[in-house]
Amino acid sequence: MAISDTHSVGLVEPRTLHVAESMPLDCGKPLDRFDLVYETYGTLNADHSNAVLICHALSGNHHAAGYHSADDAKPGWWDKCIGPGKMIDTDRFFVVCPANLGSYAGSTGPESRHPDTGRHYGLDFPVVTVGDWVRSQNILREALEIDQWAAVIGGSLGGMQVMQWAIDYPDRLRHAIVIAAAPKLSAQNIAFNEIARQAIVTDPEFHGGRYYEHDVVPRRGLMLARMLGHITYLSDEAMRAKFGRDLRAGRVNFGFDVEFQVESYLRYQGASFVDRFDANTYLLMTKALDYFDPANTAGGDLATAFAPATARFLVVSFTSDWRFPPARAHEIVDALVDAGKEVSYAEVGSDLGHDDFLLTLPNYVNTLRAYLDRVVAEAGT
Amino acid sequence: MSNALDHQPAGLRDDLALIAEWITPNARILDLGCGDGALLAYLQDTRNASGYGLDIDPDNVIACVRAGVNVLQLDVEAGLGQFEDNSFDFVIMSSALQEIRRPDKLIEEMLRIGRDSIVTFPNFGHWRPRLSLGLRGLMPISGTLPNRWYDTPNIHLCTVRDFEALCQDKQVEIVRRHVVNHARRSSTAIRTLPNLLGEVALYQLRQGKS
Repeated sequence: MAISDTHSVGLVEPRTLHVAESMPLDCGKPLDRFDLVYETYGTLNADHSNAVLICHALSGNHHAAGYHSADDAKPGWWDKCIGPGKMIDTDRFFVVCPANLGSYAGSTGPESRHPDTGRHYGLDFPVVTVGDWVRSQNILREALEIDQWAAVIGGSLGGMQVMQWAIDYPDRLRHAIVIAAAPKLSAQNIAFNEIARQAIVTDPEFHGGRYYEHDVVPRRGLMLARMLGHITYLSDEAMRAKFGRDLRAGRVNFGFDVEFQVESYLRYQGASFVDRFDANTYLLMTKALDYFDPANTAGGDLATAFAPATARFLVVSFTSDWRFPPARAHEIVDALVDAGKEVSYAEVGSDLGHDDFLLTLPNYVNTLRAYLDRVVAEAGT
Repeated sequence: MSNALDHQPAGLRDDLALIAEWITPNARILDLGCGDGALLAYLQDTRNASGYGLDIDPDNVIACVRAGVNVLQLDVEAGLGQFEDNSFDFVIMSSALQEIRRPDKLIEEMLRIGRDSIVTFPNFGHWRPRLSLGLRGLMPISGTLPNRWYDTPNIHLCTVRDFEALCQDKQVEIVRRHVVNHARRSSTAIRTLPNLLGEVALYQLRQGKS
């Protein structure tokens, strides 16, 4: 199976960083004691100059590549792009991917128990921001004794973290690779998020976020949220190509069960998501997305917000992405140019939509590869 | 005999080598239709230049990235409104002005964005195209104009005189002009009769004082 593939990082094991000190959060409340779960692939070189940080998106986690056991049906979420000889080449880079605070996947989040009360945080978990995530990732950087990331890379919400890194810790990264992202959400983006949140909080099993204590999960709400999300991850064209108006039974039944293949697909995606994801995490991740707006603290001017950045940027967008279309990437690029920063921009012709950032379109892979070759060359790794 | 080609760096296309001669050290450059980024890479190495290339072709974008040149995959035809007034020392467009839908508007934009602009184009007033069209009645094909009428990207070919008339109309200051033959060399004859004997024209332009 794929685990024996020479381009796979193979079996991997998550590790946990226990942070004993309290970390200030943007909401004003500090977070006392927390865990960050992360994975690493590849080898850190002698001068620690080949470390790359991967920032995950809304539904991601620390498991970006490889397998946890030989029985795993699927590898990590970005396995197509991370591994020996792959786009992000683990033969050359030491790749670090943490699960963000508020996560469902081991890093301290709403399902974790408060160290003082022993109760699940639930909705008492602070509303964390992209800035908070980056602050916690910087603690991980120090713990791993990495003076400076060779590159910080992320797609979608991950790309927002990359921008935040470049602004908040300019000396701590040499390259910022921002993929399929926007400098802030549009009203339409926020509207989709709000419907997802309403689906969750109005589920009778939600119990104000304390569903853990009732031994239930707001399945229907989380499933609806995910189904909605999936519509925004695919282009109209991709859905047409993938499902068209194909009927599962070959004919209409004049009823309300699953009839069209696209309905079946969405229900499957929604149902399988519920089994692995936490509803409170979904609320937190969508809030972090909504709040992200680095220009806000710079008088509304994104170029001013980027002023402290010293990293070189690579910005990538996909033509069929309607969640964060190329026009949104142009906003980032224009601001970087206005701020006089080093930036390259690739607008990759694509069909699938937002999800293309997880896949391996040749122009995408070759652009990243060419860029990362330069990163290697200048680091002398 | 001294000419620009004596200083040509290995591998740099002839017309780009001529442009490079005009670039002052430490200049900030916007190269429209930058191709594989050869000019910018050369200027970064030899003139400590900085800036960006624009190109829409994905292979060119990858080549630029590989060469360590900042490249933006944007369509020049979609407008350059995002670039601020006077934000570059040089805005360059080599061998592509004749492919643009509205060269006059583009030149206006270049002059707005750059302190100086450099454009190069094939001179349709050269005696060979004149001969082809005037005597043989055929659209000219040559080393500088290799395409046939139906597959050429050139939709706005002009002559040296046409171009200078446009500059005059628009009160554009011609800082420098260099007209060369197909081997990118100049001569006393070309300098005397540029519109008849020159095949490629290079201009350095500035917004005229109005």
